[in-house]
Amino acid sequence: MRSERKFPSGGSGQGVGARLPRKEDDRLMRGRGQFVADIRVAGLQDVAFVRSPLAHARIRGIHVPERYRGSVFTAADLSGVSPIRAVSALPGFKISEQPVLASGKVRQVGELVAMCVAPTRAEAEDIAASVTLDLEELPAVYDMLKAREPGSALVHEHWGDNVFLETNYEVDIAAALDAPIKVTREISTARQCMSPLEGRGVVASFDRRLDQLTLHSAAQMPHITRSGLAECLGMEEGRIRVISPDVGGGFGHKGILLPEEVCLSWLTMNCGHPVRWIEDRREHLVASSNCREHHYRITAYADRDGTLRGIDCEATVDSGAYSSYPFSACLEAAQVASILPGPYRMPAYRCRTFSVATNKCPILPYRGVARTGVCFALELMLDLVAAEAGLEPGEVRLRNLVRPEQMPFDNITRKHFDSGDYPEAMRRALAAIDIDAIRARQGQGQTDGRRIGVGVSIYCEQAAHGTSVYAGWGIPMVPGHEQATARLTPDGGLELRVGVHSHGQGMETTLAQVAHEMLGMDVAKVRIILGDTAMTPYSTGTWGSRSMVMAGGAVAAACRELGERARRIGAKLLQHDPASVVLQNGEVRGVNGSVSLQAIAHTWYRRPQDLPADVDPGGLEVTQGYKPARDSGTFSYAAHAAVVAVDPDVGEVEILDYVIVEDGGVLVNPMVVDGQIYGGLAQGVGTALYEEMPFDTSGQPLATTLADYLLPGATEVPAARLDHMETPSPYTQFGVKGIGEGGAIAPPAAIANAVNDALRPLGVEMMQSPITPRRVVEAVLAARAAERNAA
Amino acid sequence: MKPAPFSYERPRDLNAALAMLAANGSAKIIAGGQSLGPMLNLRLVQPELVVDISGLAALKRAESSRDELVLGALVTHADIEDGRTPDVTRGAMRGVAANIAYRAVRNRGTIGGSLSHADPAADWVSALAALGARLTLRSLAGARTLAVEAFVVGALESALHAGEIVEAIHVPARAVSAHWGYAKSCRKTGEFAHAIGAVLVDPAAATARVVIGAIDTAPIVVTDAAELFGGRVGADYKQRFDARIADLLIAKAGINDAVRRHIHVSVLKRAVHEAAA
Repeated sequence: MRSERKFPSGGSGQGVGARLPRKEDDRLMRGRGQFVADIRVAGLQDVAFVRSPLAHARIRGIHVPERYRGSVFTAADLSGVSPIRAVSALPGFKISEQPVLASGKVRQVGELVAMCVAPTRAEAEDIAASVTLDLEELPAVYDMLKAREPGSALVHEHWGDNVFLETNYEVDIAAALDAPIKVTREISTARQCMSPLEGRGVVASFDRRLDQLTLHSAAQMPHITRSGLAECLGMEEGRIRVISPDVGGGFGHKGILLPEEVCLSWLTMNCGHPVRWIEDRREHLVASSNCREHHYRITAYADRDGTLRGIDCEATVDSGAYSSYPFSACLEAAQVASILPGPYRMPAYRCRTFSVATNKCPILPYRGVARTGVCFALELMLDLVAAEAGLEPGEVRLRNLVRPEQMPFDNITRKHFDSGDYPEAMRRALAAIDIDAIRARQGQGQTDGRRIGVGVSIYCEQAAHGTSVYAGWGIPMVPGHEQATARLTPDGGLELRVGVHSHGQGMETTLAQVAHEMLGMDVAKVRIILGDTAMTPYSTGTWGSRSMVMAGGAVAAACRELGERARRIGAKLLQHDPASVVLQNGEVRGVNGSVSLQAIAHTWYRRPQDLPADVDPGGLEVTQGYKPARDSGTFSYAAHAAVVAVDPDVGEVEILDYVIVEDGGVLVNPMVVDGQIYGGLAQGVGTALYEEMPFDTSGQPLATTLADYLLPGATEVPAARLDHMETPSPYTQFGVKGIGEGGAIAPPAAIANAVNDALRPLGVEMMQSPITPRRVVEAVLAARAAERNAA
Repeated sequence: MKPAPFSYERPRDLNAALAMLAANGSAKIIAGGQSLGPMLNLRLVQPELVVDISGLAALKRAESSRDELVLGALVTHADIEDGRTPDVTRGAMRGVAANIAYRAVRNRGTIGGSLSHADPAADWVSALAALGARLTLRSLAGARTLAVEAFVVGALESALHAGEIVEAIHVPARAVSAHWGYAKSCRKTGEFAHAIGAVLVDPAAATARVVIGAIDTAPIVVTDAAELFGGRVGADYKQRFDARIADLLIAKAGINDAVRRHIHVSVLKRAVHEAAA
């Protein structure tokens, strides 16, 4: 089932393709990781924030008790601090300004209003509780569809409406309108919270000797955080050092510059001692990490044989009150337009998108970003087309997927699919889930009153997309060449410095495997240094499933150059012509002998008198940059298949079986990839069945603790069966593709399709995530009532 | 999420605890802390004094006779789950205990604390009412006993007077002829239930106790449940279960939402089927 590619050093069990246990787990699994909250600094004081209790209000006054005057700071105190501006040059984009402490108005529950500092967090919270706000409540914008209507209350008055950005994309939709099958639905996904194990956290201090602000922050893009801080604080970037230590899961929202980071940076420079803020779970749920809320009005056109004729869609995304830095406001909706066609061929297409401002906290990129919603909408529609055409859902997909002989393929929105065999992934998933056996079982009926259903979904995922893709967005962050520094130490070890970060991805292991592949060095002797702007090359960081492609490519490039320099020194030491020696298994070999990298390093650092006269003066420290041969992105893909049992009277959904067939190109470490897929699946199950942040009509978030905001646990996540295909990307080092997000993309669609398959005979259709017991029973009762009325 | 300041006492005996409660009207008792802990941290409660009764050995006792089991308030769910306490319910309590929240909660959470907290979605509130349990409540003024269904009066509302504490739970022995069924629906394993059904049916004695729980207020306890089985409780009670009567009872309790009523009736039906299985 599994094919592991053999690279030259693959036989060593450490190179590309090896299922190597993660090096970082020795630390992390013993509880010895060092996260922001573990950092101890002399003189540290804690911060608690006064946050807005209302979604939308004018601030008339902030009353601080006399005894706390020196411990409480408001917008009026923050001289020289600029609001957060995350702009886009896309035509028509409206700019939001987010003051780091609210001034004039509050636009979301949980918005920062005042900062309270005390020796302990409990005391800081006591102070925060003593501060009273005089707020004049304004009508809240809580529903993105209503927010688009004329006469809605306005989040940003001077805009004149609530739309950050509207986009239109059309290719000949008129050609689809006469299709014999036309299905139209409204489909939506709930607002979610990302909920990594570790929330955000900040420790800020100022080093007078270096004249430098040091910010420890749980961040996945520390260099971007530094740029954003510099812009808000009006400081040179060199005066700021951002250190991101061990991070307990990022998923996108730890790439965002926090107003809290700006506040604490200002505070430590003005109060003269280090300060700390550790996000608690209520802050996280109420005020931090919203994601996923999409709405689709979508029509699929098809021929009687299930061939897609076109998709027409109007998509709306609830962007929340502000655009977060470097960018968030229309990241989802504008991408919806370009990725909605999914892995399918179609001759006609239209998509209009709206990124809508509401009185909620900003919607942030979450694993899969727009893809999870898109996959949900599109794949539910494919099942409806199948039902109309009287075909198996799998068959409709096989008829419309891009075929392997068409690769590389430019789709209708000009996405360049680099490689792959999408139909084969679907066929394998159907075979593994044993679709025929499920259909036979359905025919027999269940004894316990539950109904069995099977569902499939498939997607392709653009990853590691670079300059050419992002240049047009005109946002503060456009990825260019990724750099890595490789340095042989005097004792023959290897240090690698990369600007991406690892917060669950296992890069301390996989990047070491890349180095092993290039230099033959034991991975135990390779140290990966990341998460520190002072120690690593600039990088936009870890996002977009880019790190293995980009940082892996950069590490390979740096190691290649380092190896070349070592080879030339080695040739001299062997008294060989450089053309006659090779670097192999960590040593330079010639016909008469060999010399180890360790000996070469020793010579460069300790015995330079033995070096050749024409030695590269750069020595054994190399920084190299990397971009794939084409920067339009790698396209990994996967087919998911789920079997569920649904109790129509209680509404419970149990996942009985789950299969994933995935193609991430060449896998550097298949075990790490499996882990990524399982983790993504858990989050996808959350999207499908559990996670929802509801708001009331005054804009109050209603799931403010983990008793209300339900996350799947070990008992809710199925023991999925994984199968890997391997189609190398033609454009990247080793043929790798980004796969970090895929696990979270397809499960909601596969599970919803399975639920709908189970309930279709009852006339029930679930078009909204999460599929809760209440929603199931409501739909079942409505269908029964409709049947009674018809009879 | 840190609590507001409070004083803390850990009394050595029950009388000392009762004296502290009598002296401070806003005092809160902490035992396992599985409900009070989060409420303190969220500042939903801000007592001046927290009285930690977890050291009171007298409240950890469990004794059984032929007719009943007496459990001290500090017996944990895990004690019951693991069989460290005697059982007179022929496994009924053990089964309930094993599915309360998560093991970590069961290790610390106590049966008396769960009842005192009076969360309508808590398992003991419904299960013990179905089993016909009674509580001993004690204050400096003395002791009184109450049926569980009289003790829980609303959501997070019990019949405890100021200065009073749940001392013990008296569970009557389950007759050999009595069938037990307990079903709940939770969004996920370990979460609070959004519907609970508990039935104790004795076809030989023609009696049935039925509880419909997790309904936002005190559970519906039907001590003489013949009406739910077409007017009489016999061996064919499963076939005679009348969902319409259950629906009416739930509607009468103020649940106007037909979807929720349907879920409650369906879960009750599961409990009936389990009892008859």
